[in-house]
Amino acid sequence: MVPSSTRTAPHFSSNRVKSIIGVFAALGIESLLIYALHQYWSTVGLLDTARAVALGLLIAIGLFGMSGCWYASRALIHAQRADKQWRAGHHQAARIDAEESRTHLASLAGIGLAILIVVFLLLFTSANGGKIRQVFLNGDFLSRSRPALLRGFWLNIKIFVTAQVLVTIWALLVAIVRQLPGRGAAPVRLLAVIYSDVFRGVPAVIVIYAVVLGFPLAGVPPFADMQDKDLQRFWLAVLALVLVYGAYVSEVYRAGIESIHWSQTAGARSLGLSQWQTYRHVIVPQAVRRILPPLLNDFIALQKDTALVSFAGLVDIVGQSNLLKNRFFNLTPVFGAALLFLAVTIPFTRFLDYLIRRDQARTQAG
Amino acid sequence: MTEPFIEIKQVHKWFGENHVLQGIDLEVHEHEVVCLIGPSGCGKSTLLRCINALEPIQEGSIRVDGEQASGRGVDVNWLRQDVGIVFQSYNLFPHMTVLRNITLAPIKALGLSKSEATDRAMTLLKRIGLDNKANDYPDRLSGGQQQRVAIARALAMRPRVMLLDEITSALDPELVHEVLNMVRELAADGMTMLLATHEMGFAKEVSSRVCFLYQGKVEEIAEPQEIFSSPKSAHTQRFLKSIIEAGRL
Repeated sequence: MVPSSTRTAPHFSSNRVKSIIGVFAALGIESLLIYALHQYWSTVGLLDTARAVALGLLIAIGLFGMSGCWYASRALIHAQRADKQWRAGHHQAARIDAEESRTHLASLAGIGLAILIVVFLLLFTSANGGKIRQVFLNGDFLSRSRPALLRGFWLNIKIFVTAQVLVTIWALLVAIVRQLPGRGAAPVRLLAVIYSDVFRGVPAVIVIYAVVLGFPLAGVPPFADMQDKDLQRFWLAVLALVLVYGAYVSEVYRAGIESIHWSQTAGARSLGLSQWQTYRHVIVPQAVRRILPPLLNDFIALQKDTALVSFAGLVDIVGQSNLLKNRFFNLTPVFGAALLFLAVTIPFTRFLDYLIRRDQARTQAG
Repeated sequence: MTEPFIEIKQVHKWFGENHVLQGIDLEVHEHEVVCLIGPSGCGKSTLLRCINALEPIQEGSIRVDGEQASGRGVDVNWLRQDVGIVFQSYNLFPHMTVLRNITLAPIKALGLSKSEATDRAMTLLKRIGLDNKANDYPDRLSGGQQQRVAIARALAMRPRVMLLDEITSALDPELVHEVLNMVRELAADGMTMLLATHEMGFAKEVSSRVCFLYQGKVEEIAEPQEIFSSPKSAHTQRFLKSIIEAGRL
């Protein structure tokens, strides 16, 4: 019953040819890097102290690039040895050396790719005698625009935090309504479906126009009665973002709730917990844990979309950077605005990743 | 003879076109242990879920302690305080510690204070030797430990009858005995139980009566000695023969 073996003769490749190509590639990439570093250096116009720092950095990058050559030479040495071992009949030792050689070559490929990207960035920012850096990242303009940018960004943060809290509650409500059983709930279920379809389908900026500009024109209470116009626009902007993001986030919640196996409901209900208690203590807490990553995505998007309120005349960070841009005739303030967003979103992302990992470590078997 | 604690009369249940329970009659008296045996898909689990009102029935009636437990107008949350059920897959709440798993329902459904519920839970955990796991999450426990916690969770509601739905089927063979021992103790304490099981040796040992279900009907019901040594129905004979040939009895 057991078929006879049809294995082929053992195959061996020492990786030598690839290693030789690797050495040439490494040398080529390194010279490209040195060229790009030189280009960059010749276009920086900095003060003496800053020059020293910049020079040190550039040299460090150049030295880092050297490691590509090191990996290439290691790959070649191992390949040579593998060949020798194979000829001597030490097949296992030969394969080990060939594998080492391939590993080093893989490292070279990784470093080489990284260097090529750095080369591109260096050449790009040195183009036109370094004018690009002047337009995007002018240190002088950056420090002069900082107070106004921070003032604008504070408004973004206020809008974001308020909207996020409201979205969290509102979206859960919509998601639960969509899950309500029974014929009596059919009309509200339908409304919830229509709501999330409509507000996911309409561009956020249109909703913002409609709410922030349209509501005061139409005298919609209670916003029309607000005396403080800034406060009025603030709440209208929050409302617009909650409407848009509530639709997205409710779908995320729904997916999370549906992903919890019915046996959890059976377990909870069988103990005499009511439908509501089951939702509150068993289903929703598990669903929220499961959807944290996509929820986080939507919150980062929300954070960025607070920038859209500038279209409706709120002077947020984009509004401020726009004014500054026109004053300086330079895009550095806009770039500064981008940096400020990053300064908030990246730590926020890392922190939530940490929370997710910690929760998993606690509840899941090692 | 006293009134039966669980009284099942002509119960029919459909899943769509599938006629799962085809007129079941069964009575379980207080302090009785009744084992449901039968091939997969014969309706054992469904019957248990119907008694706990996790599934509605279409015809017939189920009464628990003289109270109607099926159909409309039943306070299911109140019914379930009397009727505990344990599932094959444990159904513990993975995001809560063992202690929270046990105290949740007594606090929320019975209205016990946190300290009362904790006392109750710790007493149960001590009895099953898992009090040192109180603050662990279920995933950290072995299958046998998880299932014992699930039983303790049901017991914390002080139910008057326990329904056990193939509670050892998902366990590794070496973990089965620790769960069965717990059930033996419950039986010795006089707990009324209705259990679906594939552990024939255990059914023979622990039950007052054994009920063989076949294609949604009660094919044969008798004392364990009788049903295992001289089954009357041809279906029962065939089922037991296949079990013996598989080396499971």
